[in-house]
Amino acid sequence: MPLTLAEVQHIAELARLELAEEELTHFREQLSSVLDYAAQLRAVDTSAIPPTATVLPLRTVLREDAAQPSLPREALLANAAESEAGCFKVPPVLD
Amino acid sequence: MELHTLTLTEAAAKLHSGEVTSVALTEAMLQRIEAHNPALNAFLSVTADAALESARQADARIRSGAASPLTGVPIALKDVICVKGLPTTAGSLILKGYRPPYNAAVVEKLSSAGAVILGKTNLDEFAMGSSTENSAYGPTRNPWDMSRVPGGSSGGSAAAVAARLAFGALGTDTGGSVRQPAALCGVVGLKPSYGRVSRYGLIAFGSSLDQIGVFGRTAEDAAVLIETIAGHDPRDGTSMPTPVPNYRAVLSRPLHGLRVGLPKEYFVSGVQADVSAGVNAAVKVLESLGATAREVTLPHTDLALSTYYIIAPAEASANLARFDGVRFGPRAEADSMWDEYRRTRGAGFGPEVKRRIMLGAYALSTGYYDAYYLQAQKVRTLIKADFDAAFNDVDVIACPTSPTTAFKIGEKVDDPLAMYLADVFTLPGSLAGIAGLSVNCGFDGDGLPIGLQLLGPAFTEERLLRVAHQYQQATEWHKRQPPAFSH
Repeated sequence: MPLTLAEVQHIAELARLELAEEELTHFREQLSSVLDYAAQLRAVDTSAIPPTATVLPLRTVLREDAAQPSLPREALLANAAESEAGCFKVPPVLD
Repeated sequence: MELHTLTLTEAAAKLHSGEVTSVALTEAMLQRIEAHNPALNAFLSVTADAALESARQADARIRSGAASPLTGVPIALKDVICVKGLPTTAGSLILKGYRPPYNAAVVEKLSSAGAVILGKTNLDEFAMGSSTENSAYGPTRNPWDMSRVPGGSSGGSAAAVAARLAFGALGTDTGGSVRQPAALCGVVGLKPSYGRVSRYGLIAFGSSLDQIGVFGRTAEDAAVLIETIAGHDPRDGTSMPTPVPNYRAVLSRPLHGLRVGLPKEYFVSGVQADVSAGVNAAVKVLESLGATAREVTLPHTDLALSTYYIIAPAEASANLARFDGVRFGPRAEADSMWDEYRRTRGAGFGPEVKRRIMLGAYALSTGYYDAYYLQAQKVRTLIKADFDAAFNDVDVIACPTSPTTAFKIGEKVDDPLAMYLADVFTLPGSLAGIAGLSVNCGFDGDGLPIGLQLLGPAFTEERLLRVAHQYQQATEWHKRQPPAFSH
């Protein structure tokens, strides 16, 4: 079943993507065809099958809870579009 | 001496015997890159000065007698692996200008081995694609036919090695992104088992699948590279403490008694006839070397594509949430943070990345999680169990790497499903987390390389490398050079 334009808009909103009108139409077709194909999965009886959590042999990875050296603050801020007083700066979050 | 015709192993031997210097090898590669890269577009950035400085240090180290097998050898890195201070784009506009403040674990290992890094290679944006056409910086071309794709997503690395612009290269494989371009470019590509190589400093795509792999012209070259980068790293919780074997030590062991499985689901009518013929002929060679071949079955193969294209996009949608214009990359202007996010991401990501983020967001969203994501993870269990069962009876699986040889640039770029099918034979092994390798096993009627895929249980890289090495000892395919790049 093809996605509706409203559904595509909703997904774009969830994904925080600003899309042009023609992108929405185009993605609607393309995503619908991939999802139609993937619908084959629903026909598989998996009632007795556990989901794969990891392909690795299960083990718990722990480390000592101790402070370790980290990268200098300036190095981490160097790639930011804007920073101030040692922090990343963003546009207003609330109106 | 035509330095570029040497394999990595041959070049290393000449370095260590003092017959050539690392500076000479590095200069030869830099000259070739300068001459050929404008047309090939395999490299996104070339770091000539840093490479020559590493080469001089390597030459000093070799003279002092403290060299390792990779010391002084010029190689290339897929541009999704962080190198401190060097541009790292992931093939995306959203990381234009980004210079990582740290080195990936594999870069640390290569540096301490004394390898010379020539530059960063082109890829499908965020490693999502099978043709390298999804790069924001233009497609890479196939050295065997410049009107065709090199495969992807590690197309730049595969093309660079095939065109002799580097002696080896690193790539990444999430659903086939090392093996498929290796097949289409006629080189060896090894995707190690999940957990074999640390991903610390690798820009993440699908975290339950991503693995760093290697390209070389020979299995021996690939063995040198994997031996250098494999091993446990506490900074990647999925990296396994399994000891790293001496991969080269077992290459010469004969194949007598090796049991080869041919999965019937991979020898089907949709496969290009030349590809089937090439793979079947390669299996005959393995038999002549003492292996026995038998049919095996991987009954859930036809579900792998759907499974992968739910799981990988779901993981991608989460991983790529970090690209929001705040900590790195260009930022779009807006009055509020939320609009800034939307605009930055809308302008910064290309079409395939947007498609996958949206697919993933959908598969994880309320009301669809159980039907898509959870169901895909259950089917993944079945796909993995297929391999576990098959490996009870055989030591390795042999099959085509890709159903076709290299396709034309533009042929599939706007038809996502057709493009996804290019990886139909590499996706199942990725979902199972096992080891996989592609080795050139001949050429089709148009002179395009054909890839033989070898799959083995997790942590059997040495077995796959040995089979590929023995095959290359018995055949001559790997000695052919793309005609346009032989001089």
